[in-house]
Amino acid sequence: MQQERSSQTPKQPLQVRKSQTDLSAWRKGRTTNGEKSVQNHQSPDGQKNDSEQGSFEQALSYFKKVPDRVSLRKNTALQKSLAAVETIALQRGLPPEGFHVLLKVALSGKLADAVNARLLKCLVPASVVPEGAVVSAVSLLCVSKCSSNVQLLFIRWLITMFDYIDSKEQLHALYAVFFHLLQDEKMCPYVCHLLYLLTRKENVKPFRVRRLLELQAKMGMQCHLQALLSLYKLFCPELVTITLPGKTKNFFKNSEGPWKAAMNTVRQRNFPVHQPLLLGTAQPQSRKRKWNAQLIVPASSTSRNNLEENRGSHVDLYSTSQSFPVEQLQTFPQLLHNIHRLEFPSQMASVLTNPLLLHYMNCVKDESVYLRLHFWMSQALQEECTWCVADNHQNEEEFKIFLETIYKTECFLQEGFSSCEEFLYKSLPLWDGVCCQSQVLKLVSWIPLRSFSGMKSQLYDPLAQLFFTSSLYFKCGVLESLTELLQNWLNCHMFCPDSESESQVHSLDTTLSGLLNALAELINFVGRISTAALRLERKSSFLLHFILSFYETVCDIYLRYNLPLLILPPAGIFYPALLSMSPVILNQLCYLMYRYRTNLVAAKKNELSKKKSLQFKISSQTYREYNQYVIAMVGCLWTSNVFQKDTHPQGLRMDEELLKATAVQDYKTSFNIVYHPAMIGYAVQFLQQAFPDEATLNFSLIKGKRWNWYLEFLYAQGLEGLKAFIESSINRVSRAPHGKAEDHESEDRV
Amino acid sequence: DLQSTAFLLRKRWTLYSVTPLYKFSDAHLRNYARLLSAFIAAEKQKGLAVEIGIELDIKVAVSSLPDLKGSDQDHAAILVQLLSRSPASSKSSEDKLIWSGWFCCVSGDGFPENLPEDFTCLPLFLANGAETYTSIVGSWFQKTFDCYFRRLAISPLSLSWMAAMWTGCKMGKTASAIELIFSVPSLPQPLDISYAIHPEDAKALWDTVQKTPGEITQEEVDIFMDCLYSHFHRHFKIHLSATKLVKVSTSIASAHCEGTIKFLQSQYLTGVLMLLTELAISQIQ
Repeated sequence: MQQERSSQTPKQPLQVRKSQTDLSAWRKGRTTNGEKSVQNHQSPDGQKNDSEQGSFEQALSYFKKVPDRVSLRKNTALQKSLAAVETIALQRGLPPEGFHVLLKVALSGKLADAVNARLLKCLVPASVVPEGAVVSAVSLLCVSKCSSNVQLLFIRWLITMFDYIDSKEQLHALYAVFFHLLQDEKMCPYVCHLLYLLTRKENVKPFRVRRLLELQAKMGMQCHLQALLSLYKLFCPELVTITLPGKTKNFFKNSEGPWKAAMNTVRQRNFPVHQPLLLGTAQPQSRKRKWNAQLIVPASSTSRNNLEENRGSHVDLYSTSQSFPVEQLQTFPQLLHNIHRLEFPSQMASVLTNPLLLHYMNCVKDESVYLRLHFWMSQALQEECTWCVADNHQNEEEFKIFLETIYKTECFLQEGFSSCEEFLYKSLPLWDGVCCQSQVLKLVSWIPLRSFSGMKSQLYDPLAQLFFTSSLYFKCGVLESLTELLQNWLNCHMFCPDSESESQVHSLDTTLSGLLNALAELINFVGRISTAALRLERKSSFLLHFILSFYETVCDIYLRYNLPLLILPPAGIFYPALLSMSPVILNQLCYLMYRYRTNLVAAKKNELSKKKSLQFKISSQTYREYNQYVIAMVGCLWTSNVFQKDTHPQGLRMDEELLKATAVQDYKTSFNIVYHPAMIGYAVQFLQQAFPDEATLNFSLIKGKRWNWYLEFLYAQGLEGLKAFIESSINRVSRAPHGKAEDHESEDRV
Repeated sequence: DLQSTAFLLRKRWTLYSVTPLYKFSDAHLRNYARLLSAFIAAEKQKGLAVEIGIELDIKVAVSSLPDLKGSDQDHAAILVQLLSRSPASSKSSEDKLIWSGWFCCVSGDGFPENLPEDFTCLPLFLANGAETYTSIVGSWFQKTFDCYFRRLAISPLSLSWMAAMWTGCKMGKTASAIELIFSVPSLPQPLDISYAIHPEDAKALWDTVQKTPGEITQEEVDIFMDCLYSHFHRHFKIHLSATKLVKVSTSIASAHCEGTIKFLQSQYLTGVLMLLTELAISQIQ
């Protein structure tokens, strides 16, 4: 994760800064933890620790008043003190108060270079480095009492320990001092790194830019200068322009070398959970963009459009620009804190890959935001479409990802893009149904609800053509997508029922009748293609499952979405489902009929309770149709009289003579929950459990009390839909355990 | 004004469609030039930063061409020129023009409807010069004004319209031959057929086809082209209707289906641009 983070665009500087700040948060936690572990150290070598502590304190007081130019070789006191400091530092880390003393000695030039270097190398903090110590060290650095090697080592130490410095305000005040150090060629790479960590917007001044450009002219292309300049550009794009080469590489040399091992030891000791230290090796992202030949969603970058406004007024010398650069936006809390001064990126398309900006977009009602995205997206979709543009097939993978991105954005925003809608209308007639199949079908589910007549010619007709000529799986895919589409339309109505005020752009007919017509058109379309598909695919159960899933949304529209719309599946779907060999389908159908019943009952009740006639109500034809279906179902599952009682014109009613001519014995009872082809498997299982000793299966045993047991058995098999249907729709007159109860029972009509 | 646009003639321009520019302002053209020249320098020497506003090898001039528009609603055309600075030694010589490009909109009325003020509609972009510069300049405009550049190809149908329209224009005696180039599809080797017609003959044919002067219908264009095709078939037994029209050259202008155009007559410049604006708008709509 962190690795990824640090391998991005030039905006990287900030991320590096951020991870540094993160660490200081960690450090606070560690401080207490560390102290505790030192205090509670009850190990057998506690005494040894105590003595080490004692000699360390002695060593510190020695270094406090160490005389000038003491030679290490001749002075045992110095040798002992140095050893004591090193032991403590490399094992436990130094306490904050140690830094003042040791930094002062190391940078004062009193001792030999080798000693100074050893001292610096053992400056590993147990908890924090006090800022005051660093500031006084910097002042010593400036008087140049120490050698350049020591200076260099100190800067590297400062970079490595940057996150451990307890406060950085005074350090920021020394920005100019560090900037001055840039002129030292040897130190320059490290000073750049340090400045990179320190730079804030107010530090970026024209004269500093000029100085850096001079250095660049002198030294040529240097990663560390590139990094610092790109950070400057980030803060003040009007002062500097830089394009980073495409190749990813490290900006900075590693500074932590001499301290790495010791820091790991100390960290593991004081804070056992391993936390890798994150130091800035930011890498610019590869940004290869072939001119108009490759699809790339632009990266977020601050809009340059505000530049012109403050031109000539010596940009940012006095004014503190209030806008918050989008590159810095990394976390949700940041978004919340800066939402009032956030600007959209210069290229709106970059919001597609930036969820935080999508949040922001969601709450900003600015038409130009959507227009910018619209223009970009419609062009990108047309230009990259692999089946509309000849010889574009090699980019299919890329295009898939793009479509997927758009789909995710639509899901996030919970609304479809009009550019995507137009693209689908334009390209569906040319689509082969194979290329980017799942992505295109997903996008179809986000076509916005419109009640214009073009829907038929632009969406339904081309889709139907592909639907009938493609595989079973494609058919199921289309049905799934249309189910999503219906749900999205219904949700859209639920959550923004009166969007008349904003509808100018979308020319959406938001009247209730317009909405109902559009919904009915979709449902009837699915009914038609499903009926035909069931014939083409020989009533495949797999297909039926997708069809019935669509109707699971349809049957609940009245109650769940509060819309006066109830459309039953056509007979071409109902009967294949009723006579399906699959118990799953039958169960699903039972559930559907139960939900239809609940909705119809509620609608009827509502209509009766309201005195004045409602403008929209469920037609009596729907009730009649439902009742016909329910008679057929009860006849088929319960009363075994489907051949006599089914009144639907496309139903199962058959003349007695015709039934006799089939030469099927007991045709009368061929359809009930025992004999139905989808249920007979359960009946066999039930009989085997109930009469394990019987050699032959006698289905007629399932009656009376056993009929009820059989029902319980079925319910226990998970046939919840069947249970709901039987309990709601069958009027069981007699619950007597004896006698053929089912003969007196009838369907409960609405 | 014929003078001010004369430099646009007799150059081959590559056509692009451009979506409306966001927050583009005529008041800042000089500043745009400054930023663009720094951007070009930075792009050309990746990795080296460039101070904005200093003298660079390539000078950018951004200016407005106020005459180049069809109606008052149109935004004036914007010209971008890249000039290579002459070496300091030869001070007398002028900076050398190495690339130019211009945005324009001629009678792009009412597109798109109700566009907010923040947007500037200049749907047609024409570029002449090395494509690397087109790419750099285009990228900068895309980044800065959130627009989208797309190559604008000219369909054979549009080319046949151009052939008919330009045939009908009065040119006097200076008119040169009308040349149509057709490409034969599905051949292992490319085969182009060039069909040149004397301008007066073509005009005579067109005059018999066109019913109302000043008005052209698709039917008339079809009849005109069919006449030319049947004439060709009579002589060469080749059905040109089975080939693809790829290029049309007349005294007015010459256009190629890949999306390039060369203007030849100042007086018809806006007329041709009007047609191209229409094509560009239909591509971004």
